[in-house]
Amino acid sequence: MGLKSSLHNLKEKYKGTKMAPAFNAIHTFLYTPNDTTHGGTHIKAADDLKRTMNTVIMALIPCLIFGMFNAGYQHHYALGEIGKASGFFDPVFWSWNNLTIGLWKVLPLVVVSYGVGLAIEFLFAVIKKHEVEEGYLVTGMLVPLIVPIDTPLWMLAVAVAFGVVIGKEVFGGTGMNILNPALTIRAFLFFAYPTWMSGDKVWVHGAVERSNEIAGGANLDAISGETILGSLAQGHQSAYSLSEMFFGMIPGSVGETSTVLILLGGLFLIFTKIGSWRIMLSSVIGALVMGLIFNSVVSSGWITESSKFYTLMSTEFWHHLLLGGFAFGIVFMATDPVTASQTNKGKWIYGFFVGFISIMIRVFNPAYPEGVMLAILLMNVFAPTIDHFVVQGNIKKRKKRLKVKAA
Amino acid sequence: MSKDIKITKGLDIKLRGEAEKTTEKAIISNFFTIRPEDFHGVTPKLIAKQGAKVKAGEPLFYDKSDETVKFVSPVSGEIIDIARGEKRRILSIKVQADKEQTYVDYGKFDDNANAEAIKSHLLASGCWPFIKQRPYDIIAKPDKMPKAIFVSGYSTAPLAADLNYTLKGKEAELQAAINALGKLTNGKVHICVGKTGQSPFEGLSGITLHKVSGPHPAGNVGTQINKIDPVNKGEVVWTVAAQDLVIIGELLLTGKFNAERIVALVGSSVKKPRYFVTKIGSEVATMVYDNGVDKDGNDRIISGNVLSGKQVKPDGSLDYYSNTITVIPEGDDYELFGWNKPVFNKISTSRALTFSWMSPNKKYELDTNTNGEHRAFVMTGSYEEVFPLDMYPLQMLKACMYQDLDEMEVLGMYEVAPEDFALTEFVCVSKQPHQAIIRKGLDLMIKEIGL
Repeated sequence: MGLKSSLHNLKEKYKGTKMAPAFNAIHTFLYTPNDTTHGGTHIKAADDLKRTMNTVIMALIPCLIFGMFNAGYQHHYALGEIGKASGFFDPVFWSWNNLTIGLWKVLPLVVVSYGVGLAIEFLFAVIKKHEVEEGYLVTGMLVPLIVPIDTPLWMLAVAVAFGVVIGKEVFGGTGMNILNPALTIRAFLFFAYPTWMSGDKVWVHGAVERSNEIAGGANLDAISGETILGSLAQGHQSAYSLSEMFFGMIPGSVGETSTVLILLGGLFLIFTKIGSWRIMLSSVIGALVMGLIFNSVVSSGWITESSKFYTLMSTEFWHHLLLGGFAFGIVFMATDPVTASQTNKGKWIYGFFVGFISIMIRVFNPAYPEGVMLAILLMNVFAPTIDHFVVQGNIKKRKKRLKVKAA
Repeated sequence: MSKDIKITKGLDIKLRGEAEKTTEKAIISNFFTIRPEDFHGVTPKLIAKQGAKVKAGEPLFYDKSDETVKFVSPVSGEIIDIARGEKRRILSIKVQADKEQTYVDYGKFDDNANAEAIKSHLLASGCWPFIKQRPYDIIAKPDKMPKAIFVSGYSTAPLAADLNYTLKGKEAELQAAINALGKLTNGKVHICVGKTGQSPFEGLSGITLHKVSGPHPAGNVGTQINKIDPVNKGEVVWTVAAQDLVIIGELLLTGKFNAERIVALVGSSVKKPRYFVTKIGSEVATMVYDNGVDKDGNDRIISGNVLSGKQVKPDGSLDYYSNTITVIPEGDDYELFGWNKPVFNKISTSRALTFSWMSPNKKYELDTNTNGEHRAFVMTGSYEEVFPLDMYPLQMLKACMYQDLDEMEVLGMYEVAPEDFALTEFVCVSKQPHQAIIRKGLDLMIKEIGL
């Protein structure tokens, strides 16, 4: 009672001042406000935006925790200190040693992502005198999960600042942006600092450092931290088994590797009705269709093994679902309600093309074989157009009804 | 040709405090209040002066834009107060009721009269305001011919009065009203009743009967219009609330404007919810406090249902169109970690640690807390689940907000009333005021496009 009423008094004191949005933002995390309905419906359903965003974060937590263990595992494995984990529950993977590295490397990414992003959100809220909206809660958790483990923190800070300001706030903040903010941040990193975002050195902690040491004359073995997609794009065969790809004990961005946990997160989002099953399902269909097309191109002999696209094109079509950031992208990024299509029919079309284009980019762009980021950003741009045509269908029906009457 | 309507999209909000099917006479109210704000878009011009004596059915004011539309006193008595607000806008007209009621005699109505005679009879006697029109959800313009008239004899709103119960025994009045209204349109009089239950409408003649089933808003007249004969550009349909047909019918049969109405007193704050016979404009205090609502309790009294009713003060009155008074607890308190803890005692359409999906038949005690703050539109797809009309609710709301008249028109704005957006407003995670947005949009269309 004491805390509740003293916070209430503080809120009343701040009311109408510049700092009110900042205070309220923190206050509402502790207590749902005492606002009552005025005009309109007198009762409201239980969910608010905070609960919605929180549900997405809950779906992300397993990926985050797995990502921490995997960061350590990849590091120690690459150094040859531990053997290969034999299964999902192998204690070699779930070891304290692995987690320490993970905590040491991943938590700073999370802290910087939230710190910089929320600071900007608060600043804009105070300047523009609106409440701090919850959109960044999810973005801030997504960002550390979709960057390489060794991303320098200052780079991340710059990218987050860019993504939040240019990707979101210039459009008017949460709910108004055209591009997915988390992907805008990643795209910025990718185009501004490509050497830190692709290649065979960035995906395992210590690999960059080691190669610098070797370049400096040290007599050490290089750490190879290539992603599966990276090696396939080079025409090499993957060194990982399907179960490793499914469980996620492979190099990659922090949270994107474990298809099984992403699948669980996706099912949780569908069950809670927060994520759109239409987008997830149609993306998978789109990817499978594109994969099948490539497979049949290979099987009908249109390209030869010497082609630089051969290895990726001949990859079994459904393996694409397990590779790279595809699963993470369609479950957590393509489904962003603000930047996806907003009509149910539109979601089918939008999702299909996200999947379709992801695999296309993946195959045709060996320099950067991760297509899902660019595919989603591209479809973000087209989403309003898709919606426009879907809505036009409804409008036409209405006009036709009028004509039938008039005739 | 009757057509059965099955609604699949929607949401039945089950609340505690449903009215028991017993009716008693409410304590006769001393004062009756008519508030011009009940009649959206009407600018009142006073006929009666303060201190004047009026009979029941005698005009109090008329609509400035159409002098023929008269608004009458529900009782006989003395006008004791005319409250005014900013710019001398009339807020309310208060009548102190006589002990012995006297009525203006408008005369028994000839069944064979033509449409013009019916129209002027209804206009003069104060029954016209009961007839509303789509587009715009305002009192019908008398000079327009509607393509059809719709009456919903089925209510699905939370805790709404059961029309099968309140209209029982009123068949003669309903038939008289329908006979008269039927002459005002060259189309049909569509009446929708519930699929189950015995409706007093079922035996009537001159109507097209539809059986409706499914969750709320199946009983909303807007849903029924959309499914039966949607409003196109340039067309007009009229709607009348079922309980108001009784008043119209009685006027035609006896010549008296009898504002009597059976009202359900409901809500979780009411100890013994049940039905009362009362009159339009009577003080809610005559029903509420003697019947189990705590006088010092922190409750909200609503004239109407919890989705689109009006909040009234404890000394307020029953509004012109309502047949329900709902009393629910106010929710002006903070809730610790209300945004992330599991919720068992509130309704939700999601399953985001909200568990109302596990017990679909449980009755809830909801308060007026918004359960979160106002935000920009973020979520998509949730409105469509509770919105049975064949149009795009989110796009429509946004079109209203950025005031694009062309888009509002083609998206279907002529077909809707604010109450059609009550459920989307209820489920909105961004806590946007949907009904107010739609009302503003409709008003903008009236202003820019005209009637």
